[in-house]
Amino acid sequence: MPASSPPAERGGFDWLLAAAVLAVAATFIRAIYFTPVEALQGAAQKIFYIHAPSAFIGLYVAFGIVAVAGGLYLWLRDERLDRVAASAAEVGVVFMTVVLITGPMWGKPIWGAWWTWDARLTLTLFLWCVFVGYLILRGAIDDPAVRARYSAVLGLLGALLVPFIHLSVYLFRTLHPMPIVLKPSRPSLPPSMLTTFLMACLAFVLLFAALVRVRYRLAVAEDALADEELSESPAMSLRPESAH
Amino acid sequence: MFAAAALIARKDLAIEFRTRSAFLAALVFALLAISIFYFAWDATAVSAIDLAPGVLWVIFTFSGLLGLHRSFGVEEADRAIDALLASPIDREAVFLGKAFANLVFVLGVQALSIPAVAFFYNLPITRVLGPLVAIALLAGIGLVSIGTLFSAMTANTRLSELLLPVLSLPFFVPVVLPAAQATARLLAGRPVSEAMSWLRILIAFDIVFVVACAFAFPFTLED
Repeated sequence: MPASSPPAERGGFDWLLAAAVLAVAATFIRAIYFTPVEALQGAAQKIFYIHAPSAFIGLYVAFGIVAVAGGLYLWLRDERLDRVAASAAEVGVVFMTVVLITGPMWGKPIWGAWWTWDARLTLTLFLWCVFVGYLILRGAIDDPAVRARYSAVLGLLGALLVPFIHLSVYLFRTLHPMPIVLKPSRPSLPPSMLTTFLMACLAFVLLFAALVRVRYRLAVAEDALADEELSESPAMSLRPESAH
Repeated sequence: MFAAAALIARKDLAIEFRTRSAFLAALVFALLAISIFYFAWDATAVSAIDLAPGVLWVIFTFSGLLGLHRSFGVEEADRAIDALLASPIDREAVFLGKAFANLVFVLGVQALSIPAVAFFYNLPITRVLGPLVAIALLAGIGLVSIGTLFSAMTANTRLSELLLPVLSLPFFVPVVLPAAQATARLLAGRPVSEAMSWLRILIAFDIVFVVACAFAFPFTLED
C-alpha cells in the first residue's frame, strides 16, 4: 500500500497548539486573579476551572469521538477514522487523568474525603480503565487492520457500557444511603465566574483539538514509516505470525 | 445455525472434560478465595453472611476469566482457528457455540463454589436456592457474552493473558455489582421483590450485550 497520505509538516510552527496553550494560560490567570473567590469553599473552588472542563472533554468529547469514529470505521474502513479514534483516546486519557487527580484534591478540603462512590466518580474511574485497556490493546497488535477493527469494537462496546455502570452505581447509592457529604448542587454561577468557566471550556476544547491534531500527524508519520520499511524488505511482506 | 453452535459447544466441552485443567484450576482458586477472605476479615466483627456475597462473586469473576482465557487460547495451538473459520459455519454460530460452552463452564464452577461457600461459611442457602440459581444464570450469560468476544480479540495478541482481564473487568462491573447486591438481599432474608431492581439491570445487560457481542464478533475474525 503506497503512502498516499500527505506528509506531516515537519518542523513547521503549530499555530493551533500555540494558540491553545496561550488560551489555557490566559484562562488560568483570569481564574486566579480576576475571578471572585467562592464564599463557602474559598480558594479550593478555583480547581473547578480545570476539573469541570477536563471532565467534559474526557468523558463526553473524547469518548464520543472514539465510539463514533470506531463505528464509522467498521462501516467505511477508512484508516484515517482509526487514527482519529486512537488520537482522541490517547489525549482523552490525559484529560481523564487530570479529572481523577484534581477531583480528590478538590474533594478532600470540601467534602472531607478524597473519594466517594458517587455514580459520576465511579463512572469516570471505570471509563478511565476502559480507555487505558483500549490503549494497551492497540499496543499489543501489530497488524494495522486488525488493530483498527478490534479497537473499533472495544470503543463501541465501551459506549454501550456507560448507561449500565451509571445505572448500577446509581441504584447502589439510592438503596444504600450513606452519610456522605454530597456534591452540592451547583448554584447558578455569578456572571464573572460563568465567563471564566466558559473561557476555560473553550480553552480546553482548543487544547484538546490541538493535541489530537499533533497525535494524528504522528500516527500518519508512523504509518508512512511502517509502509516504507515494509516495501524495503519484500520478504517481510507476508503477514507475520502471531508471536507467542 | 443452532445445530452448528451446539457442535462447537460440544467440541469445547469435550476438550475441557478430558483435560479438566481450567475447571480444576478454578476450583482451587475458589477454595483459596474462600479461606483468604475468611482470614482477612475479623470474623467477630463481620459476620460470614455479610462476607459471602462478595466472596461468591469474586470467585465467579476470576474463575470465569480462567475458563474464558482458554476458550480461544485452545484454538491458537496449531492455528486450529483457521480450520474453524474455513469450515462452512456462520461466525455467529461460532460465537454462540463458544459462549455456550463458556456458560456451562462458569455455571459448573458456580455449582460447586456456591455450596462450598455455604458449607464453609455456614449459610442458610436452601431456602434461597431457586432465586440464587436464577441470578447465577443471568450473571453468567452477561459474563460469557463479553468474555467470549474479548477472548477472541485477545487470543492472538501479545500479552493475551494480561489483556483479557484488563479489557473485561470494567465490563463485568454492571454484572457483578447487581449480582452481589441481589445475593446479599436474598441471604439477609429479604423478599425476592427487593432484589428485582437489580435483576432487571442484569436482564437488560444480558439482552444488550448478547446482541452487541454477537454482531461484533464477526469483525474480530475476518481475514
